[in-house]
Order: sequence, then C-alpha cells, then structure tokens
Amino acid sequence: MSQSDNKNVVFHAEGLTKTYQMGEVQVHALRGIDLDLYQGELVVMLGPSGSGKSTLLNILGGLDSATSGNVTYMDHNLVMASEKELTEYRRYHVGFVFQFYNLIPSLTALENIAVVTEISRNPMKPEDALALVGLSERLHHFPAQLSGGEQQRVAIARAIAKNPDVLLCDEPTGALDSKTGIVVLEALQRVNEEMGTTTAVITHNAGIAMMADRVIHLADGKITEVHSNESRLRPKELTW
Amino acid sequence: MRAIDIKLWRELWGMRMQALAIALVIVSGVSIFIMSLSTLDSLYESREVYYRNHHFAHVFASLKRAPLSLAKHIEEIPGVDKVETRVVALVNIDVMGFPDPVTGHLLSLPDNSRGLLNQVYLHNGRLIEPGQDNEILLSKEFANAHGLKPGDKLRATINGRSKKLTIVGITLSPEFIYQIAPGALFPDYKRYGVLWMARKPLATAYDMDGAFNDVTLTLSKGTNPEDIIDRLDDMLKSYGGKGAYARKDQFSNRFLSEELKQQETIATIFPVIFFGVAAFLLNVVISRLISLEREQIAGLKAFGYSDLAVGLHYIKLVLMIVGLGLIGGLFLGIWLGKGLSNIYMVFYSLPFMLYTLKPQVILAAAFISMGVSVIGTLYAVRGAIKLPPAQAMRPEPPAVYRATLLERLGLQSRFSQPTRMILRHVERRPFKTMLTTLGIAMACGIMMTGSFQESAIDYMVEVQYSMSQREDLIANFTEPTSDRSLYSLQGIQGIEHAEGFRSVPARLRFEHRFYRTSVEGIEPNGDLLRLLDTELRPIQLPDNGVILTDYLAEILHIQPGDRLTIEVLEGNRPTLEVQVVGTTKQYLGVTAYLQRRALNQLLKEGNAISGAYLRVDKRYEDTVYAKLKEMPRVAGVIIHDTAIQAFYDTLAETILFYTFITTLLGATISFGVVYNSMRIALSERNRELASLRVLGFTRGEVAYILLGELALLTLIAIPIGLTIGYGLCAYMAFEFDTDLYRIPLVLGQNAYAFAATVVIVSALVSGYMIWRNLAHLDMVAVLKSKE
Repeated sequence: MSQSDNKNVVFHAEGLTKTYQMGEVQVHALRGIDLDLYQGELVVMLGPSGSGKSTLLNILGGLDSATSGNVTYMDHNLVMASEKELTEYRRYHVGFVFQFYNLIPSLTALENIAVVTEISRNPMKPEDALALVGLSERLHHFPAQLSGGEQQRVAIARAIAKNPDVLLCDEPTGALDSKTGIVVLEALQRVNEEMGTTTAVITHNAGIAMMADRVIHLADGKITEVHSNESRLRPKELTW
Repeated sequence: MRAIDIKLWRELWGMRMQALAIALVIVSGVSIFIMSLSTLDSLYESREVYYRNHHFAHVFASLKRAPLSLAKHIEEIPGVDKVETRVVALVNIDVMGFPDPVTGHLLSLPDNSRGLLNQVYLHNGRLIEPGQDNEILLSKEFANAHGLKPGDKLRATINGRSKKLTIVGITLSPEFIYQIAPGALFPDYKRYGVLWMARKPLATAYDMDGAFNDVTLTLSKGTNPEDIIDRLDDMLKSYGGKGAYARKDQFSNRFLSEELKQQETIATIFPVIFFGVAAFLLNVVISRLISLEREQIAGLKAFGYSDLAVGLHYIKLVLMIVGLGLIGGLFLGIWLGKGLSNIYMVFYSLPFMLYTLKPQVILAAAFISMGVSVIGTLYAVRGAIKLPPAQAMRPEPPAVYRATLLERLGLQSRFSQPTRMILRHVERRPFKTMLTTLGIAMACGIMMTGSFQESAIDYMVEVQYSMSQREDLIANFTEPTSDRSLYSLQGIQGIEHAEGFRSVPARLRFEHRFYRTSVEGIEPNGDLLRLLDTELRPIQLPDNGVILTDYLAEILHIQPGDRLTIEVLEGNRPTLEVQVVGTTKQYLGVTAYLQRRALNQLLKEGNAISGAYLRVDKRYEDTVYAKLKEMPRVAGVIIHDTAIQAFYDTLAETILFYTFITTLLGATISFGVVYNSMRIALSERNRELASLRVLGFTRGEVAYILLGELALLTLIAIPIGLTIGYGLCAYMAFEFDTDLYRIPLVLGQNAYAFAATVVIVSALVSGYMIWRNLAHLDMVAVLKSKE
C-alpha cells in the first residue's frame, strides 16, 4: 500500500538545519531537510550513527529546536513555539518511545501509564493500553520486575494511552534481542493499524524497514533516499 | 607515576568544583571543631597563667579588725606560703554628672607596688607613688563605663568623709575578673567599681593603723585549703573573722569557672552536630560520585585490578579531598579561634590571651573526618565492586521500588502518580531519608538554643524581680543597726515604704554536707520581698523554722521536717539548730530565710537590721539617692531597674552574637542538607524527570516530585527538630544549673516559630535553586545516555 498525495500532511519540514557545539567542534547534525509525513502512515527513518535521524525526531517531537528552516505540525509552528507551547504540544499530541524505555522505576506498569493519562485530554484506560501490548497480566509489576521487552511494551502502552496524534520511536528495539524486538514491533504495528496513529520509527537496523509504508534514508544530515514499500511485512517476517 | 595514579590526579582536577564543595563541608566541620576546642583551652590556659603570674591567692578571709602581728602567726601555719593583709572597705563614689549611687570596692595597696598577692595588671597610667594619699588605681570596666582616664578625678565617701581622688592608673585584677557588687546578681559596671589606694590613708580613715580587716594567702604545693581554712578560722575567731574560704569559692573565680563550664558544654555540642552533618553530606556526595564511576570501576576490574586495588584507588581520591579540607579547616579554625579568644579576652577582662591548640584536638579532627569519609567511601565502593564487570558496564537496572506502607494500608487511591513517586522514593531508602530528616531537625534544634537563652533570662528576671523581689532599692548598712533606723528612711521624701532585713553570713550544715551562704531574716508579711512556691504563689513565712531555696535543699539533701545546723560566721559565731519548714523557688542565688525577729532572737540581739528594701516614688528618685549618699550608715545602694537594664545591655550583645551564630549555623546546616540532598536526588533522577518532561509534564509538575519530597521531609523534620531543640535546651539548662543561678527551661512560642521559620526559609531557598536547575534538564541527552 503506498501513500498518495491526497493524504493529509501531518508534519511539514522545509530547509531544516541544526548545528550544535560539541566540545570545541561544531557539528552539523542536519544540513537542509525537506520532508512531509502523512496521516496514519508508518515511516521508518534509516541511517547510521550520526546521520541526524535522532536530531530530526527530537525536533519533530518538540524536544529540540532547529537552527534554521521551518517545521509545522498540522497548524502548529514548532520553530516559533515557546517552551510552554512545546510542553503542551508534547502533552496532548505526541507519544514517545525511547531506546532505553525511560520508565519511572517507582511506579508500577499501570501507574507508569496513569502518570501520562492523568494529564491527558482524551486518554484510553491504562488497562486497555496494556492489553493492547499484551501485558494484561503484569499490571502491578514495577519496572525492576519486568524484562527489557516487557518494559519497552509498557513504554509503548504509555505512549499510545493518551491517544496521541503521532507516535515517535527512537531505536525502540535497540536494547533488545531480536526475538523480543519482534514482539515490541508487533505492538507498534498493531497500534498503527488499529488506531491509525501516524508513527515514525528511527533505527539503524535496515531489517526493520520492510514493515514501513515509507522508508527515509538519512546520511550526514541529509535525506539521501525516500522509497515506499509495495507491501508491508509483518514483524514476524522480518529478519536481522 | 603509575597510570592509575595519573588517573587519580586528572580526575581530581576534572571534578575540582565538586571536590571543592566536599572539601568546604570538611573545612566548616573541622574549623568549628578546632575553633571551639582551642578557644576553650586558650581560656583555661590564659586564666591559669594569669592567676600564677599575678599570685592569685588560694585562701581569702575578711574580719573586723586584727593587729598586724597576727599575720606572722598566720604565716607559721604549716602549708601557708605567702600572706598579705589588707584594709578593704565599701565606699560611696560620686562620679561627676552621674546622679545614681555608685558602690566602690576600695582595697589597700602597698606603696608603688602591684601588691604581693592578687597583683594588679596595669593597663595604662602608673602605680600609686609613695606618700600620695589621694591617688587611686581604677578597674578598667568601671573606667570605661564612665569614660574615665588617668588624670581624671572622682569623689568617694570614706568612712563618712568625702574625699577627692585622682586616678593615676587603670588596672585589671585576677581577683575581679567578674565584677559584681556584694548583694547584686549581675555585673553593673556603671554602679560598681574596684579601686585601689595606698594603705596608709585608708588605714587611717578606718582606724586600721597597724591593723587589717582582710587577709589572703597562697599555699605551698599539695596543701589542702580546707585544713588551712579551719586553722585560720580558729585564729580569726576572736577578731571578728567572717569565715575564710578557698579560691574555688571566691566569687569572681566561681563565676568564671561556671561560665567556662557552660562554654565547654556549647563547645562540645555544636562541633559534634556540625561534624555529624558534615559526615552525612560527605557520605551522600561520595556515594553519588562512586555510583557515577560505576563503569570505570567495572573497566578497571576488567583490566585485572583487584577489588582491593580499586577500593584503595577511591580511598586515595577521597583522602586527598579530605586532606585538603582538613588543612583548610585547620587554618580557618586557628584563625577563628584566635579571633574568638580575643573577643573573650575583652569580654572577661583578661590582660592577655595565650592561644592554645593542643595536638590531640588536631588529631581528633583528622581522625573523625578521615574515618567518616573512608567508611562512607568503602560503603559506596563495595556496591560497585560487588558487580561482575560485564554487568556493571551495562546500564543500571531500574531501581527496585514497592508500594509504600500507606498504600498497602489501602490509601493508594488517594494519591496521584507523582505523589506515589514521592512516597515510594522516601520509603525506598529509609536510612537516607532518616538521615536527611535528622539533619534538618538538628538545624532546627540548634536554632532553638539561641532563642532559649533569651526567653529563659527574661523569665528569670520576671520571676525574680517582679514577683519575688519587688523593691526599687536595697540600702545596705555598714553594720547591723536598730530597726528604728527604718523611721529615718521612711522620713525621706520619696520613700514610700521600707522593710528591714537582717543578713548574716553562715555555714549551713546537714549531715556531712555543708554550704556557705547568708541567712536572711525578713518580714513575714513583707510586700517587697516575697517567697514563692513552685507554682510561684507567695509563701507565708511561719513564726519559727527556716525556708530554703529549692536548689539549696537539693545541695544539702535536706527536706522539710529535718533540722538544719546554722554556724553563724559573724559576732559571737553561735551555732544554731532550726527546723526546715519548706522550700522556695528561686532562680538566682541560694539562701535560707527566717522571720527577722526569729533570727534576732536566735542571735540574742535586739531588733537589728542589716539593711532595708525600699519602694521609691519615681519622681523623687534623685533626691532619694542624694539623701542616701549622705547617710554614713548606708554602705551601698542597689537599684534593681538599672541593674537589670545594665545587665541586659551587657548581655544583649552576647545574646545577639549567640543567636546570630546559632541562626547562621542552623540555616547553613538546613540549607546544606536540603540543597545537597536535592542536588543529589536531581542527579540520580535526572533521567526520570527528563522523561516526564518529554512526556509533556511542565516544569512545575516535575518540580513537584522533587520539591514535594523536600517539603515532606522538611515538614516531618520540623516537629522532630522542635523536640530535639527542647531536649538540647533541657540539656543546656541542666548543665548550666549552679548555686549562682538556675536557668529555667522556658521556651516561648516565638522560639519554636523562629526555628521553624528559618528551616522553612532555607528549604524554600534551596527549593528555588533546584527549581532553577530543573530548567536545564537536558531532555535530548538524557534519552540517549544510559545513565
């Protein structure tokens, strides 16, 4: 299934650059990115370390600001947004999944989700979110009592529980073995299909690319190639 | 240099700011410790040297009159080293432009000499020249209080005759380090002074040519003063001896000893608390440091370094920081100690101060600070060493938490997720939580000791001077006089009411215990002096029997119903036996009270009085003073209002300084504990809090999790701190209890409120600083790093 131009554009980026100082060296993380992401699609951004994919994701997620260029999310201008507006943007529109899960160790699986739903406008029930990622049996376990894969699925449940408009995942399988990784990707795909949430996954693992609608290749802070998959593979069918 | 040691130096340099912060904590602990203990040692040492160099006597006695030849016999008592006889008198002094009555303590001095014993220290000016009958030396405090200097003149009524005197020198004396008028309880430098003049004119004025009325002795080493006192009392009995006493009972020395004892209490409490807090902070900071080095420790182990080698490596690192703090603390402590000693030198009128720093004080400071930090380091390093290297190099697993007691009790649904985070974090490390709370509580407690002294003294003065002693003036007579003299006093315009009292020095004895004080005969239904019971209600003084100050009854272990032996130290020196009928609550001094007429009867004398309590119409004050000065029988006058005022003026500075120090200390500790705990918590939970920010939590919502914990701990700490403060004050009051005065354990609401407020304010300040730190949470970095 390919994305057509008549789909709604969710993100629109133009001439995006990002430069930052690292010690005594100036790093050009992004060197002019033009990009559109569409409603409901699952995009994989592929590139080696240092290609700028995380920087791009952070800017889209309102965690970082661009040095120049323009990004809009629907009718929000993310470049001009204040700290307060960015916090609200993250609070009501974005779901994040991180490489190292970033769960709150002092809260149980259920509470880790409640901590987000309690501040959201239109959340699902935390139990339902956990059911969606197949963790109905582990509601009252603390992070220390969960395996890595389980922790990451809690993180996905936490990200989707607020019914976000976009789901941004930064190396969601990076810290997991392949078998566990597949379980996590299945959870992501299920959310994307059942809820129609626009999903961007960044990875340096090319094997994952086959489950996406579109694959965006980055290198040295630029988009080198964009291609659409004719058909998406199920995570089980992936190999890496 | 070995590579691992190069690492040590580089890391020390790399973390120089943090190392400096730790070193500063040590510096404060060590410097306070050194300052307090060295100041105390210096005071003891200086007093000792002062006494020795100025031949401060070991035994003192005053009498009515004895021929100089008796001195020879006294000298022959085995164990007596040197003897000096003197003529001593209390006189009225007139200082130009100062209408209040002033009492002068006038002592004779051999010509052009500092005396044989109790030698004066000449602060400025010169000694009295031979044949100069009008020259005097004046005590420095009195001179300062009136702005008098050598060359100035004043008048004194010496045995009824007014005499103009010229000040030639300003002096200090080991005998009058503490200067308090007889019968007064506080120093009042404006209304009481010590003067020295040549012996001849003084002896002539008092008919003491070839005689003396005061004698002091030094003893040879190893002599027991009590034996000498007994022999001396026997010799002086027929000369109107008023009972000899040893140096330890000498008024100035006693007061100073009590003060030094109090300093000792304070000098032990504060450094211990401060060191305790420094140790706690050190532990917290070092533990965090080591946990950040987790991967490096794993790396070293992977290269083949033994656990011991790794442990030693970190101990070396910590010891270098502690060593730095120790050296800094030592120098700062010495500097502060010298400064404080000089303040005390002025405060106690010592002519010099010998700064003394004992090696064992330095050793103790080194031992405690190094011990504490090594234990702290070992504890933290052990955790890191225990892990197999491969595991240590992986990110730390999530910390283990569980539902808190409150939640298990079923209150879970009442708490929001952030509140649960706070509660669980607090409960997860109970020991650390407890230490933090204790640290804040200690700060709160320390501050209460500052306000405690103030309110206790207010209360003492209130009970003593508005409830018990209600007179405006006390007039002391030169010798017992018929109570008819009250009529002449009452005849003075402005004196509204006069109550006579009879006072005799005596040795009180019960079983094998005895105590030297005065026995007071007072009016049974007196309006100006009332005895109070423990509930502060006036006590009716019965016709017969004696009432004792409660503290005196404790000293003698005597109870109502027991018979007290009174050995009178005046006149015929009769020994009396009287039944104890009750005790009275008093905070100042210790005395035995009888009805005046009963005492007169026991002494087999007529209706004699030693002085009178007077109530004076304020409008006629100055006339009354002037009239009293003219009466030759009146030896001295004590004005309570001004005495109290003078006392407050002297004390105000000390109290203010003390309150300032305790507040500063308390605020520093509470800020140090709160801010450091929160800084560490912020560093430990950086990732967690940044994640919440990413998830859309505002800075305020994230701050709640950290600052909520701070608020919770502070709120728990305050009541504990107030309890600790009460305990500290009770301990101080107990330690400070002496026969000179007892400090009541009185803590006004403002003492509690003040301590709590300072703790809250310092918590707010650290909270604000943490709030500012939260603005810099790096959301991007924290998501990438593994910790």
